Amino acid sequence: MIEFTQLSSLMPVLPEAILAVGAMVVLMLGVMGGDRSGPAANGWCIGLLVLVAYALIAWVPHGRFELFGGSFVVDDFSRFLKLLTLIGSAGALVLSLDYLNLRHQQKFEYGALFLISTLGMLMLISASDLIALYLGLELMSLSLYVVAAYDRDSTRSTEAGLKYFVLGALSSGMLLYGASLIYGFTGTVNFAGIAKATSAGAGIGLIFGLVFLFVGFCFKISAVPFHMWTPDVYEGAPTPVTAFFAAAPKVAAIAVFVRATITAFPGITHEWQQIVVFVSIASMALGSFAAIGQRNIKRLMAYSSIGHMGYALVGLAAGTAEGVQGVLVYMAIYVAMTLGTFAVILSMRRGGKMVETISDLGGLSRTHPTMAFLLAMLLFSLAGIPPLAGFFAKFYVFLAAIKAGLYLLAVIGVLTSVVGAYYYLAIVKLMYFDEPVTGFDPMPGLLRIVLGVAGLVNLLFFAYPAPIVGAATAAAASLF
Amino acid sequence: MNWPILSVVTFLPLLGAVLVMLLVRGETPVACGTARWIALWTTLITFAISLVMVWRFDSTSAEFQFAEKYPWLGIASYHVGVDGISLPFVILTTALMPICILASWTAIQRRVKEYMIAFLILETLMVGTFSALDLVLFYLFFEGGLIPMFLIIGVWGGPRRVYASFKFFLYTLLGSVLMLLAIMAMYWDAGTTDIATLLRHGFPIGLQKWAWFAFFASFAVKMPMWPVHTWLPDAHVEAPTAGSVILAAILLKMGGYGFLRFSLPMFPVASHDYAPIIFTLSVVAIVYTSLVALMQEDVKKLIAYSSVAHMGFVTMGIFAATAQGVAGGIFQMISHGVVSGALFLCVGVVYDRMHTREIAFYGGLVNRMPLYAFVFMIFTLANVGLPGTSGFVGEFLSLLGTFRANTSVAFIATFGVILSACYALWLYRKMVFGNLKPALAGIKDIGWRESIIFAPLVVLTIVLGVAPKPVLDMSSASVTQLLDRYGRAVKAAEIERQSVQVVSATTDDTR
Repeated sequence: MIEFTQLSSLMPVLPEAILAVGAMVVLMLGVMGGDRSGPAANGWCIGLLVLVAYALIAWVPHGRFELFGGSFVVDDFSRFLKLLTLIGSAGALVLSLDYLNLRHQQKFEYGALFLISTLGMLMLISASDLIALYLGLELMSLSLYVVAAYDRDSTRSTEAGLKYFVLGALSSGMLLYGASLIYGFTGTVNFAGIAKATSAGAGIGLIFGLVFLFVGFCFKISAVPFHMWTPDVYEGAPTPVTAFFAAAPKVAAIAVFVRATITAFPGITHEWQQIVVFVSIASMALGSFAAIGQRNIKRLMAYSSIGHMGYALVGLAAGTAEGVQGVLVYMAIYVAMTLGTFAVILSMRRGGKMVETISDLGGLSRTHPTMAFLLAMLLFSLAGIPPLAGFFAKFYVFLAAIKAGLYLLAVIGVLTSVVGAYYYLAIVKLMYFDEPVTGFDPMPGLLRIVLGVAGLVNLLFFAYPAPIVGAATAAAASLF
Repeated sequence: MNWPILSVVTFLPLLGAVLVMLLVRGETPVACGTARWIALWTTLITFAISLVMVWRFDSTSAEFQFAEKYPWLGIASYHVGVDGISLPFVILTTALMPICILASWTAIQRRVKEYMIAFLILETLMVGTFSALDLVLFYLFFEGGLIPMFLIIGVWGGPRRVYASFKFFLYTLLGSVLMLLAIMAMYWDAGTTDIATLLRHGFPIGLQKWAWFAFFASFAVKMPMWPVHTWLPDAHVEAPTAGSVILAAILLKMGGYGFLRFSLPMFPVASHDYAPIIFTLSVVAIVYTSLVALMQEDVKKLIAYSSVAHMGFVTMGIFAATAQGVAGGIFQMISHGVVSGALFLCVGVVYDRMHTREIAFYGGLVNRMPLYAFVFMIFTLANVGLPGTSGFVGEFLSLLGTFRANTSVAFIATFGVILSACYALWLYRKMVFGNLKPALAGIKDIGWRESIIFAPLVVLTIVLGVAPKPVLDMSSASVTQLLDRYGRAVKAAEIERQSVQVVSATTDDTR
């Protein structure tokens, strides 16, 4: 029982508390206000996310805290990733407003589902035992299934939602199975306890549990071979929802992947390292080769994100503080690049209708020079060409891989990045070398802001990398 | 007076690019004119400031001068500076840029603003490449140059521009990513990416070998060496004139500069062991690509293949690792920068008028364009390596240096000199002499703008050929220091190997 005087010890979970209460308030107000309350409610949700981010920075005390019997940890690692998740969610919500207006789909449930899902992500990032992990994961995923099918009159969207749900449920089941095996063989669900039990190595049963656990994680971050849902869901879901999928849940899932492997299984690094190396190589290769033939820009982004998760996992495979730092820098830059790219994808509309094929971008540099320039820079960045931010993202993960002696992984990684560069270049070619097709409608103000901010972060990262890199170093250090 | 002169030279063009970006709106003739003038003045001022550097440069010192160092990435810092090896390339870059802008004055009528921005950004990246004293910073500039060059070839290029630009980009990127991994491995071994420190750091032999190959992958493609040269003819043919000039004159030199700055001093033992590979590839490049050049129907392609052949002399001279060889390699790069750049400009002149680069299309130009014929002749002869032109000094020195290291290589390479005379004079005869082709009846001789472009290049070609001493003096101190360290490292490694052999021999005896 927590006594009243101990309430101050709950300060570290203040962001989650605000978010939970806020989500419920939005729901209640929405129900009372009816359909007309939609636009205002979604606006308020953005405000709430900003407030939570502020609470995270300003009100949460510094240092490391363990709450609820050690199942919830607040440290620099979780702060960094929570902030990133909140940026991703808020950014995706900002991207949504205009789209929803266009389609007359401004309903309050949309924002509320974003909030609840984000709450799940924050819990996931802080989870320090298997039960908290599962609760956070399910809270996040269930809301995601619903928003994937948000456009309920569209067969594509409902199909995406259903597909995501069925496969997601399967992966959750596997994860749960793995968790129960791990509990059975170690006698504890707590990460620190598992680490103690596996410090002298692990038996075959525990390894089985570990593999099933990893299956769950890989599904959530859409790493090969559990990536099959990604292109379909990305393509089918409403575009701002796709932006949300690409940005926020990936961050949370990678966070828990990293935390679980680093803090719960440091004793059997050699065992899990093989799995991560394989998944990483497979994701990088598939992400770059499969993207080449795509015509739909959302599908392309799906394969691109599969590839990027592979690169992020290179850092995890290293299993060192440098590696984790690399993952964190990678995710930060990845979120910025993703939001910026989706701001452009959402502006691809002619006469009030969205278009999605890549060839629609033809000659964009003539019709919308600024948009084309920023998108080109984002694409070069996604390809990892210096001096853009994406280069530094890859730089840090490969730096860690080289230190850990994973030379083969590093060589395959950089080679696939050259293959990947091809399809990003193909889009730049369309925009710059080809003759223009009809221009798009003028870009809405909110999308301009998101694209501008993301584009500038991406362009100017090299000039002042210290804040992100420094924060990532501190965050990574808190895991070891 | 202590201002960051090197950073100013590096980033002034970037500032110019931002100015063009902000000030120029639209595609009107006035707007295009503004973009051109801003670009021209920016490059001229940059060139003037870089000349101040030459004036203040102390050529008796082998140390890095005008150095600046600020914290940047944590593991890497913003550290720039020039020594006798890099300064000539910085000057070459800043000197050629105004010429390129002038050469594009009327040839580029489409998207002038973007064109000027791309060139100015490219200048920043190229100067940065030559002045960076940190491996990560170097890589940043080195690779960053791909983006503007990709756009220059792809947007303002010829009919097969898409193929050429992709090939250029992916080929170069593929070579470079391996170098990036080697840079990381070097960081973990030495604990720093600072080039000045790494030059003194002795890397273990195993790492030297792998890293040497990784750097080789990158620089050999950039250089380009046979057999990874195939992107070059395509890129040259499709690029606009000024793009070809930059490509031939400066971007190719990054490869040679890289060999000199990294491969030779940082991996001396590997460089020594693998020099035969370089010699073989260089000789093949010199002879084979010269023969290929003989068969070309496109002027630009011919000059592109001749570039590959001339770069063969450079790599050969550098890895001969003798004072004459290295000095010859550097001089050959500078000279080739001027001469091949000028040759591409010569092609540009007739291309602007006739819009074809087919050799068979031209003939008898001397009848209508006497001044052009004169200018073209000077550069053709410099390309052949006639004594009295800059081309002779570089080829002679690198052959001389190689002769001391490996006589047979030098012997075969000398055939390249003969072959270059064959294709270059053949080209000149076909285009300039003979009867005037009817289609060329109305062609005009070069005007005042083109004369301004060619005048400094003609002067440079002759002056460098007659009095090469200033350039050689500028780099001699740095080259001497480089070779000193190289010699010591190789000798130490040999002594170690011998002692290992002795030890194993004695153990065999006792057994």
